Amino acid sequence: MRTNDWQSIVIAVVLFALAAIVPFIANGYQLSVAVTAVMYVGLATSWALFSGPTHYISLASGAFFGVGGYLVATGMSDYNLSFWLMAAIAPLVAAVLAILIGLATLRLSGVYFVIFTLGLAEMVRNLVSWIQNNFLGSRGLYVLTDFTEAHIYWMLLGVCAIIFIFGWWLGRSRLGFALRIIGNDEAVAKHVGINTAWSKVILFMTTGFFAALIGAIIAPRYSYIEPNQVFSPELSFLVVIMALLGGTQRLWGPLVGVIPFTLVWEFINSNFSNFSTLFLGLAFLLIVYVIPRGFVGLLQTWGEKIRT
Amino acid sequence: MDIIISGLLLGGTYALIAMGLNLQYGVARIMNLANGELLVLGGLASFWLFVFAQISPLLTIFIVAPFAFVGNWLIYRFLLRPLVSRAKTQGQLEVDSILATFGMSFIFVGIMVMIRGEYFTYSFLAAPFEILGSTVAQNRLAAFGMAVVIGLALYLWLNHSRAGMAVRAVSVSPDTAKLVGINVARVSALAFALGGAVTAVGGTLISTFITLDASVGVIFTMKALIIVIMGGVGDIRGAIIAAVILGLVETAVATLIDPGLTLASAYLIFLLVLLFRPQGLFGKRPT
Repeated sequence: MRTNDWQSIVIAVVLFALAAIVPFIANGYQLSVAVTAVMYVGLATSWALFSGPTHYISLASGAFFGVGGYLVATGMSDYNLSFWLMAAIAPLVAAVLAILIGLATLRLSGVYFVIFTLGLAEMVRNLVSWIQNNFLGSRGLYVLTDFTEAHIYWMLLGVCAIIFIFGWWLGRSRLGFALRIIGNDEAVAKHVGINTAWSKVILFMTTGFFAALIGAIIAPRYSYIEPNQVFSPELSFLVVIMALLGGTQRLWGPLVGVIPFTLVWEFINSNFSNFSTLFLGLAFLLIVYVIPRGFVGLLQTWGEKIRT
Repeated sequence: MDIIISGLLLGGTYALIAMGLNLQYGVARIMNLANGELLVLGGLASFWLFVFAQISPLLTIFIVAPFAFVGNWLIYRFLLRPLVSRAKTQGQLEVDSILATFGMSFIFVGIMVMIRGEYFTYSFLAAPFEILGSTVAQNRLAAFGMAVVIGLALYLWLNHSRAGMAVRAVSVSPDTAKLVGINVARVSALAFALGGAVTAVGGTLISTFITLDASVGVIFTMKALIIVIMGGVGDIRGAIIAAVILGLVETAVATLIDPGLTLASAYLIFLLVLLFRPQGLFGKRPT
């Protein structure tokens, strides 16, 4: 390891430790915003691990997140299983789902993938509602645990740490290298002997896994869960915006997008909730037309200007 | 029989929407994900004019079409053209246009929610009509009739006019079209604007028999995309057949199993297409 690497590790550990003490100093409202922020850090970072190098815009986060939350809720409510068991099963189910989706769409061009994931959360929600109404009978599900907001926060922080370590490893692995080549030129990747379809499928699977895990962990926060609430298409879009706003070329990129965006989003939702959709649209346009490489890109440009 | 008739009628309107998207994606090469919102906007205009000015939706389409045409032309010229010139590869353009049109779709939804946050309910020609032994609402029949007329006009224009030929040439190969003196930028803008107008008119027609609301657009975007892909990008004939298939399957699923599963059935079709004929029903497998 180079000194640069050690520096990054020290900074990461310090930031992580600082983040871990937030529940001791924050009040109730601040903590709830912090939980939301950590949730999106995890979702956006794991999204960027796949979409960053491949440039495939996945809108499946909402579906996977919903699978996580919903499985925890059904398991605990209908079958009396423990939270931990369900939180372990849910990500695996989502990973299998991701493999199937990946196998069907990732062999083809990126557009098919985007379109397929576009309505996915909505479709899974319809399917789940239908199954629930016709075969299970109950409409809402209860997730009752002893967890406080702080517990959820720490668990999510732990998941984020795992995602960052995974991302760090990925950046140095053969798989990560293969994905960067695929993102630059898929034809070249094929010619140098990379199994492009499988590389993409494997990484998409990890995104699904982490999104479901986060969905499962956050489920106790809501205590009462309906399909309409956990399978939210909006979540998928928020994840995309936050990750792109930060920038996907660096592992820490989404992090610098999530934190300001969560704060602004909370503010708009509580004060101008009528304008929230409009705001989302403007954020997309801002990313495309003004900062296509995100905050990370801006910082790099400024850095180069200062040096010269 | 009921299913076949209603399925066919629904399919006719879907075909019109898919034609609009086909012009935008097949010719102008813009994956327009705000397509469904544009459709809902057409529906909103029709609702508004019917409720407050008692204008028949069948006349509204003549108001909606020019507005949608000009609006889409402006969108293409000032928002999407810069992306086309900036993009180095087709992939880059796809990512950019997907994100930009997402942004537009959210802005449309935001504006529509401000205008009307509830369902656009109104009753136009809701009387029953007897056809081949089954009963359908007159509004469905009227919408189908209009869709056929517009679709036919579009088809003739594309295949039997000079401008239509230029549009088809750009659709086949933008680079070669330039060589024979076609102004690709202008034809693309024209196709995009025309596609938008057709989509908005489709929305006006659909709103007579399906209750829309501000946020339902994305479902129609999905359906239009599925139809275009199933039919083969740029293939009008394929799109019509695909639209009828989707209309039939959806109606069958809605009547026989559950209306909540129409999107799931659309997905099933999409999945089958992706697995077995990703190049479209009549497309040739790329070598």
